[in-house]
Amino acid sequence: MQKFSALALLRHAFGGHEGWRPQWRSPEPKGTYDVVIVGGGGHGLATAYYLAKEFGISNVAVLEKGWIGGGNTGRNTTIIRSNYLFDESVALYDHAVKLWEALSQALNYNVMFSQRGVIMLAHNVHDQQSLKRHIHANRLNGVDNEWLTASDAKAFCPPLNIENSMRYPVIGAALQRRGGVARHDAVAWGYARAADALGVDIVENCAVTAIRRGVNGALEGIETTRGTIETRKVGVVTAGNTSTVMAMADLRMPLESYPLQALVSEPVKPIFPCVVMSNTIHAYISQSDKGELVIGAGTDAYVSYTQRGGLHVPMHTLEAICELFPIFRRLRMLRNWGGIVDVTPDRSPIIGKTPVPGLYVNCGWGTGGFKATPGSGHLFAWTLAKDEPHPINAPFRLDRFRDGYLIDEAAAAAVAH
Amino acid sequence: MSAPFRLGAGGRIDRSRKLRFWLDRKAYEGVAGDTLASALLANGVHLVGRSFKYHRPRGIMAAGSDEPNALVSVGSGSRFTPNLRATQVELTDGLVAQSQNRWPSLGRDFGALNDVFSPLFPAGFYYKTFMWPKSAWKRIYEPKIRAMAGLGRAPTLPDSDTYTQRYAHCDALIVGAGPAGIAAALAAEAHGARVILCDEQAELGGSLLAETKATIDGKEASAWLSDALSRLSHSPNVRWLSRTTAFGCFPHNMVGLAERLTDHLPSPSEGRPRERLWQVRAKEVVLATGALERPLVFPDNDRPGIMLADAARQYLARYAVKPGTRVVVVTAHDQAYRAATELAEAGVEIAAILDIRQDASGSWAEQARGAGLHILSSTTICATSGRHRVSSVEIAPVGRDGKVGPRSRLACDLVLMCGGFTPAIHLFSQARGKLRFEERLNAFLPDGGAEGVRCAGASRGIFGLDAAIADGVAAGEAAARDAVGGGVEAAHSPVPLPKDLDGRRLDPLPHDRSPHRVKAFVDFQNDVTAKDVKLAVREGFRSIEHIKRYTTTGMATDQGKTSNMNALGIAASALDKPLPDVGLTTFRMPYTPVTFGTFAGVARGELFDPVRVTPTHDWASAHGAVFEDVGQWKRARYFPLKDEDMHRAVARECQAVRQSVGVFDASTLGKIEIVGPDAAEFMNRIYVNPWSRLEPGRCRYGVMLREDGSILDDGVVGRLAADRFHVTTTTGGAAQVLNHMEDFLQTEWSGLDCWLTSTTEQWAVIAVQGPDSRKILERLVDDIDLSAAAMPHMSVREGHVCGVPARVFRVSFTGELGFEINVPADHGRAVWQAVLDAGFSRSLTPYGTEAMHVMRAEKGYIIVGQDTDGTVTADDVGLSWAIGKTKKDFVGKRSLARPALSDPGRKQLVGLVTEDPELVLEEGAQIIAEEPTASHRSAPHKMIGHVTSSYFSATLGRGIALAMVAGGRRRMGETLYVPMPEGSIKAVVTNPVFLDPEGKRLDA
Ligand SMILES: Cc1cc2nc3c(=O)[nH]c(=O)nc-3n(C[C@H](O)[C@H](O)[C@H](O)COP(=O)(O)OP(=O)(O)OC[C@H]3O[C@@H](n4cnc5c(N)ncnc54)[C@H](O)[C@@H]3O)c2cc1C
Repeated sequence: MQKFSALALLRHAFGGHEGWRPQWRSPEPKGTYDVVIVGGGGHGLATAYYLAKEFGISNVAVLEKGWIGGGNTGRNTTIIRSNYLFDESVALYDHAVKLWEALSQALNYNVMFSQRGVIMLAHNVHDQQSLKRHIHANRLNGVDNEWLTASDAKAFCPPLNIENSMRYPVIGAALQRRGGVARHDAVAWGYARAADALGVDIVENCAVTAIRRGVNGALEGIETTRGTIETRKVGVVTAGNTSTVMAMADLRMPLESYPLQALVSEPVKPIFPCVVMSNTIHAYISQSDKGELVIGAGTDAYVSYTQRGGLHVPMHTLEAICELFPIFRRLRMLRNWGGIVDVTPDRSPIIGKTPVPGLYVNCGWGTGGFKATPGSGHLFAWTLAKDEPHPINAPFRLDRFRDGYLIDEAAAAAVAH
Repeated sequence: MSAPFRLGAGGRIDRSRKLRFWLDRKAYEGVAGDTLASALLANGVHLVGRSFKYHRPRGIMAAGSDEPNALVSVGSGSRFTPNLRATQVELTDGLVAQSQNRWPSLGRDFGALNDVFSPLFPAGFYYKTFMWPKSAWKRIYEPKIRAMAGLGRAPTLPDSDTYTQRYAHCDALIVGAGPAGIAAALAAEAHGARVILCDEQAELGGSLLAETKATIDGKEASAWLSDALSRLSHSPNVRWLSRTTAFGCFPHNMVGLAERLTDHLPSPSEGRPRERLWQVRAKEVVLATGALERPLVFPDNDRPGIMLADAARQYLARYAVKPGTRVVVVTAHDQAYRAATELAEAGVEIAAILDIRQDASGSWAEQARGAGLHILSSTTICATSGRHRVSSVEIAPVGRDGKVGPRSRLACDLVLMCGGFTPAIHLFSQARGKLRFEERLNAFLPDGGAEGVRCAGASRGIFGLDAAIADGVAAGEAAARDAVGGGVEAAHSPVPLPKDLDGRRLDPLPHDRSPHRVKAFVDFQNDVTAKDVKLAVREGFRSIEHIKRYTTTGMATDQGKTSNMNALGIAASALDKPLPDVGLTTFRMPYTPVTFGTFAGVARGELFDPVRVTPTHDWASAHGAVFEDVGQWKRARYFPLKDEDMHRAVARECQAVRQSVGVFDASTLGKIEIVGPDAAEFMNRIYVNPWSRLEPGRCRYGVMLREDGSILDDGVVGRLAADRFHVTTTTGGAAQVLNHMEDFLQTEWSGLDCWLTSTTEQWAVIAVQGPDSRKILERLVDDIDLSAAAMPHMSVREGHVCGVPARVFRVSFTGELGFEINVPADHGRAVWQAVLDAGFSRSLTPYGTEAMHVMRAEKGYIIVGQDTDGTVTADDVGLSWAIGKTKKDFVGKRSLARPALSDPGRKQLVGLVTEDPELVLEEGAQIIAEEPTASHRSAPHKMIGHVTSSYFSATLGRGIALAMVAGGRRRMGETLYVPMPEGSIKAVVTNPVFLDPEGKRLDA
């Protein structure tokens, strides 16, 4: 792996940057691997990286039907935070935040993790009760989250409207200072480069089309658009397409796939210092380092596999944004897009083993899994390597939907992202 | 001050109306009909902006919405708008524009240092550095990067304009009013279709607006255009919209249009909306969106004064502007010859036409040759110079072997380039149409696949005026046939490509310089050069989507209109793959940026979300009520007297209810009428409770679950007749509950014969609660026996209150004797007044939601959504008695059998009282079992529950709380701890019913 640094840039500048080599190879898939990861999103690539890095398993392929990071990883609005309600979730997401804090250095790739603070607004008594419940629970779990009055929130985020004339005035907010954003593409590329350097094959334009099982039902291999691969362990990390991939092994997943849209404005000079989310009036916003306001909201109402949604959804989102930030009303939408998110009944992910021996799944991250990328990859690699879950992901097993031990973040707070 | 580069005659401008405007505090003059760009060019101003990354001086490159460089901020104060394209800003008198992304001034910009150090900043450099030391990212690197990035400044004042929206339906929506679009509109209209025609420009006509010589049907093009427009405007079936961009295609032929209404007016009248969003549902869509000219990629191709050739022709023909005095044309396409010829005719000196091709034989080239223009074939540009405006170019011949020969220098003040044309297939692609690569045009063309969407004219590669018109006619007729039938037999099939329009330059022009040293721009706004694209490929980025993201090519505010094809061409040759195999990036809405306000429309302030108010709202505000938002409703929270605070007002209101009587507006409760022979069976299935034996005239508290077994909603239900139930829901849950019921009725139990009707807003509900409530009601009701014997707790009667038909419920959410009077909402205010009058002598006290909350908490009544969240079962909150044990099934029953739902460790509803009676716990506070010792103070703590409701109870003289605690019912009397930042609070677990556990007061 060529080392990245300011010095290296300087050195290569003299050679007209001719000396840079591919950040990851483009290998032909081999006939057998110890582990195959299906899905070259952030979670799949991180899994491969940690398999090789932490568990010494490097005869690994990541198979991606398109281009790596082209799924939700490259479409998301990159909000990172860990101030979830339940102990299980806090442990999961804070594990990730801790890895984020050292990720650029670990990967030698600047993923631009920016801990600029995430604010969640309260607009009514119910919101306040719910946010306070989070704040107290987080504090006792050792995770930062603090209550701001409306004027504190305004001081932290000057463009915020806290006038009483608003339809739903801001009455306060919760702030997680360690929360923030990161550069999504760099996460995929950084993990790909580091995993590749450890020997992992990253195979793009390679869709999995079938899962082969032996007489005892255990996994034996997979069919892909680039040939058959023999392997005893497959980790499926295909987000919105998980139901279709798992159906290849005759497994019906407790998932629904919905379009989730986002949009950016034209770039402007720095005006927005943090991330603001409002679940009551459905919108969230931050400003990218390039200057675009990055904006999103909830999913479309209908299930779909097409990566687009209805116009009324971004309209509602911008209604909310203009209400919260009237100074942005004259800014213009530059680009709108959608991804397909895989939503579980309790809005928490599934990370672990499946009834098919050798088949593992990591899915159900829905509208909010980018923030978990490093942690999810690390825990899934552990699970694949040891054939048993790490204590942190043990509660996030598939059969919780059978016995009822749900981790229902949505029911508790109806918070997305 | 008059503009030196304006011709004395010609153009579609009004020279008699002079307009004064400013750029960066300098005043200029333009005329009516100008854009800001044409007016600046008329004044000889080319330098108008700085590029994003290297801060290079930039000029005006295009004439329309494809302009990448000339971005300015316009206006001031509450109308300040950044990042507008000067080519699309219509000039108004007094217009104030500012250049962007420069400091201290456009001429002298310190940011230009980036250009000097640009070898350090190749594509994606930021991924490779700024990682050390770790803490510097947040403190130094990121703030610096952010400050350098961005284009214009954001507005700092709230927008003072308004926006509007409307829906429309039509048979044929025609996008683009050039010759093909107008021909399509005429044809569709003639065949009986209802037509909407829109165009992003101020004037309809598209390329016809720059046709000075052509004739159509024997008429001059401009005469044909005005005849056509007059025909269209006289047709009742046609609506045409100028200044209207079709920005997005959505499923089922829904097209979004953004119409700009006032920006072109010097002083828009007060209250007139600035923009209008149209959501058009069209049976058929014809996309006649034309084609975009491609720049050429050569060293330093970005200096002010380097322009697209056809753009220059448009400035000449439409605005009578000479964009330069001595011109070098460089081209890979015949259209540039036309620009050169027309400029020459207007008296502009053409220094040379450099054709990168070996020979140009099209008709325009012949004309240019005939006009004696100096044409150099197989010639390239190796360099340009001039700091704020191009002043010369270095040209060189290219041998058959591709070798670049000796250079020579040509002085000039304008360079025109043309790399061919890219059909504008954006909307077609958004409609999920398929594309096919056409070698001869080096462009992607529409290839079917989008239902009810067809392209016409240049947008499908049919150039040439006559061919485009014929194609428009065919498309319009075919659209009319498909939309309205009518026996029109029109075939709209591919037309052979005209021979003289081949333009196939996507590679950078050859030159003799070190490829590392030159900057040949591909994406002008984002400063992406050919070598950046090659670097991306070298670094292993093989997908065009990766190349786009790594280099940022095509991600600027023009979304790659001028850059995408060139980037693709360079990438394809770097990857050594055929271009179609590299593929295209996805086209995303909007086609050009659309104002947030346009999407948001009138939804601001009060109109952001409908405000729902009850019939007594005005009375309550007149009586000083403080309101709270509950869903969309405004509910009176308390009614302070003089200088009472909430605490004192609520204490007084509670006391009144407990000691005498209070009145409360409960109209916001959701109400659903369930009627039909199978109504009781439906109720049995949707609620946990049994309903079959409930007698008409009686009420029951009902609980319903989600499929996962958790509580969805609750409320009192009255049975009015064997086949009729009056259901109430929580205020916030009303719509969700009705959806839930309809979902099951329509999809699971379609055999059940019953109907659901939302009656929330039909009834005003006046709750009269307290020991004296019956005495008040008796004065207002004469046909209902209200006595305890005749009308026990939990019963309902139909009759009259104050002569108004009413349903009277004897129910209580306060724990006192109480009634809820339901009268038709229109009578609500009058009956409220009658109740107040009747209660006057008993000091009847109006109370709000806060007192209601306190009183229900004293009684241990839960509020769904506050004491429960979506994880709580009926048993958890002590409601398992409500479950019909003998019922075969109900929604959620199956889930209740899951082990987790009977786990002894589940959280259960309990009461909590603090040691210190004055202390009121915080709602949301967490509970732990062990007293935190000093050594234990730090996290994590094992949390066993949380406080769900907490109030000061004036009746009990102490703080009380409800809480969900693990194994709570087994912990009665235990002391638990509520650790707060200031210290831990001790609280004792109690029964959640704090007051009158036997319910004697209810039965009074
Ligand atoms: C608009 C939007 C906004 C979001 N905002 C946030 C946010 O602010 N914060 C946050 O934390 N999360 C957010 N999310 C969610 C987040 O993006 C995802 O949870 C996360 O990125 C999922 O990563 P992944 O690697 O699991 O999935 P993906 O990145 O989707 O990767 C899955 C990959 O599997 C591939 N694949 C599918 N089928 C096959 C097959 N048969 N064979 C081979 N490969 C296959 C796909 O091509 C894809 O590349 C958002 C999502 C969207 C769509």
